[in-house]
Amino acid sequence: MPITCTSSDRTLHANLTGDIDHHAAKDLIEQFEIQMDRYVPKNLIIDCTGITFMDSSGIAVILRLWHRMNANEGTLSVQNIPKQPLKVLRAAGLDKIITFE
Amino acid sequence: MLSISCTNEVTIQFLSRSSNEGFARNAVASFVAQLDPTLDEIGDIKTAVSEAVTNAIVHAYPEDIGKIMLRIRLYSDRSIEIYVKDWGIGIDDIEKAKTAMFTTGNDERSGMGFTIMDSFMDKLKVVSKRGKGTVITMRRRFSPRLGTTL
Repeated sequence: MPITCTSSDRTLHANLTGDIDHHAAKDLIEQFEIQMDRYVPKNLIIDCTGITFMDSSGIAVILRLWHRMNANEGTLSVQNIPKQPLKVLRAAGLDKIITFE
Repeated sequence: MLSISCTNEVTIQFLSRSSNEGFARNAVASFVAQLDPTLDEIGDIKTAVSEAVTNAIVHAYPEDIGKIMLRIRLYSDRSIEIYVKDWGIGIDDIEKAKTAMFTTGNDERSGMGFTIMDSFMDKLKVVSKRGKGTVITMRRRFSPRLGTTL
């Protein structure tokens, strides 16, 4: 199960784990849709501690979430990004538009 | 002047199924381990391979499942060449395809694949012919290791 979510006070915490690649992306996007529809969070926090690999498909997943949070005037923060995924996110320039912690 | 030679080579052929993306990354990481790259270098190579293989899986065979060939060469100067070939529909406009954020895929794709291959590898070459297929060739040289002559 690539994401586990907890919610409190309109803030949704999602823990991403495993390889975030094209193979994983479709299922991941679906799972996020379900959680986002269920909780309608004002703030989304994505914890990346458990990510073992990420490529540009991971960028697509995060961008989708960013667009959705933006559309609802909410916030997105991405935390605890391991070295390899961080390099990929920076190469795409996502560090300039999304809060990394 | 020292001439550079190919010291080792492996070729793998697999079906264009997304479940093979992880396998391709790990296969390349396993093979280049002989050169004792750093963890960061392995990360870069796995990422570039993932992008090239994923592109072939997503785009080459829209109606069907086809074959993808992955060849890795190791050279005497600690450089590697990664060659990804498909026999699919080909890319109409290579320069357009390489533009950051351009994609002909759906919104599971970010259009950043070529940008990432370009930034993580030293050299990237794309050759494609409509209806014939596409070849991606990438090169990267690993940093010298202490106690070796290179």
